[in-house]
Amino acid sequence: MAADSLLYTRRRVVNAIALAMSTLATVIGLVFLAWILWETLRQGISALHLQLFTKITAYGEDGGLLNAMVGSFIIDLIGIVIATPIGVLAGTWLAEYASGTKLGESIRFLNDILLSAPSIVLGLFVYTIVVLPSTTLTNGSTTFSGWAGGVALALIALPVIVRTSDEMLRLVPSTLREAALSLGIPQWKLTLQILIRAARSGIITGVLLALARISGETAPLLFTAFGNNYLTFNPMDKMSSLPQVIYQYANDPGEGLHAIAWAGAFVLTMFVLLLSLASRLVLSRNKVSHD
Amino acid sequence: MQANVGAVAAASQAQEARAQRDARQDRLFSWLLKGCALLVLACLLGAAGATLWGGRHAFGTFGWHFLFSAEWDPGTDTYGALVPVYGTIATSLIALIIAVPVSFGIAIYLSEVAPAWLRTPVASAIELLAGIPSIIYGMWGLFIFAPFFADHIKPWLTSYLGDKPDDGKLSWVAAHVPFVGKLFGSDYPFGASILTAGIVLAVMIVPFISSVMREVFQTVPSRLKESAYALGSSTWEVSWDIVLPYTRSAVIGGIFLGLGRALGETMAVTFVLGNAMKLSPSLLDPGASIASTIANQFSEAAGLQKSTLMALAFLLFVVTFIVLLIARWMLRQMAHKEGR
Repeated sequence: MAADSLLYTRRRVVNAIALAMSTLATVIGLVFLAWILWETLRQGISALHLQLFTKITAYGEDGGLLNAMVGSFIIDLIGIVIATPIGVLAGTWLAEYASGTKLGESIRFLNDILLSAPSIVLGLFVYTIVVLPSTTLTNGSTTFSGWAGGVALALIALPVIVRTSDEMLRLVPSTLREAALSLGIPQWKLTLQILIRAARSGIITGVLLALARISGETAPLLFTAFGNNYLTFNPMDKMSSLPQVIYQYANDPGEGLHAIAWAGAFVLTMFVLLLSLASRLVLSRNKVSHD
Repeated sequence: MQANVGAVAAASQAQEARAQRDARQDRLFSWLLKGCALLVLACLLGAAGATLWGGRHAFGTFGWHFLFSAEWDPGTDTYGALVPVYGTIATSLIALIIAVPVSFGIAIYLSEVAPAWLRTPVASAIELLAGIPSIIYGMWGLFIFAPFFADHIKPWLTSYLGDKPDDGKLSWVAAHVPFVGKLFGSDYPFGASILTAGIVLAVMIVPFISSVMREVFQTVPSRLKESAYALGSSTWEVSWDIVLPYTRSAVIGGIFLGLGRALGETMAVTFVLGNAMKLSPSLLDPGASIASTIANQFSEAAGLQKSTLMALAFLLFVVTFIVLLIARWMLRQMAHKEGR
């Protein structure tokens, strides 16, 4: 009897400790989130200044981030414009044409792996297939370029878009397909005009998520777009980007540059968080309207 | 009559032509789609191929010795992979050791402990961590966490666990437990170290692992949990003896997914690792990882050094590929069990 009650007490104590530990783990996670966001907010807002958006990095501590922001915009745009059609079509193939086939299953599987592949290796891949050949072709006058950066980011955005398109298309009810096919519509028209339209908001979510992902990417840009202290709109030039300038400034000993880096980090974080919020909103609206 | 037959024939001819056109366009369309999907395959093969090709000089020059040499000297053009490989593995393992229990705790809290109204907001907050760009983790690590670590955590570790305490008095642990003294002994004054990088990585991968765990914990049939509760199990016993065994393969998959992230992470690590190409037994000394070495040295490297960095990238790619392969395979096992 005594042993029984001892066991009972022991089990209760173990349970209480374990649950307290799990609550503690959650609190630790939230504390780190708050800590990171708070510091980014505090340091970023105190360094926020109008000339951040009007001056270029060539002025150093007295400059801003205009060229980096323009560069980021152009490189991200190139990445998304390349990755979206390819990703949506590849996702469509996985969902509509290849479900159940061996090749389809393998590509779906490998796409999931590409999703978490180290971005720096993808950067080196693009360095090999875009930067090196363009250097050879132009006898060294073009080396690093905004295009190369855009291609590198496209490789990172691609698996995100493939995956969401695939998943969203598989959610489209098959009655829709049967109804359209029974009217004699060819499959390509069915796919482009009915299925992709039905899954549109899901696909847009995927594109927004991909944009959020690539706009924070730094590693692959270091040896593709490289960086440029002057403002340029030409993707054939070297281009700077927000994350790359943050990286460069944070590693610099100058205190003034650190402040600009924090301001850039703040702008970047806000942008990325707003994007992921927007993608959630699009998706939740989709869920309501889908039935 | 005659005209009518002609019209029918023309109509059927037109129909025939249209059916043929549709079939042709369908074929072209499916080829286009297949081509796009094959690009995914091409990316993976290309990344492996390009780094292997770029690294062929290094592999050719150093052979198997490359993997086991700790030398890194641009002066004599001698490079070994041991320092960055060790740094990559050590930081990732530290990250896992910290992140796995924390993620498990968060997942249990969110699926078994927390009141229902709290679950969604807390879960979204934790997932927010996953959305923060890695460069922000890097800055936070460099400017906030590393100094904090150097001021508050490191002195404690070196004086109570390390073999090089400031006051010269060896603690009991350092004197009696093997290896611990070496692991925590350091006279490097700054916060950048393998342990710091491991902690920052842990913060980064917690949301990934915990969201996988939470998702699969929710798939456990409630009749299993309810039967256990009916027999008098406590919440912890249900979590540990029912939920965890049921979801084991997916949990392992989630952990490997986090490991894959940690191995390939560049920016957050580069900022807080210190980038020293020197092998040190201490976790409190600076080190280097494969990704940080590439990020730091690639743009200024040429010749054999560049090839060495490519070779390192190939190693990293192959290792993460295998880790992620295991992760996805384990997660798939779980999905099959669910009948999905």
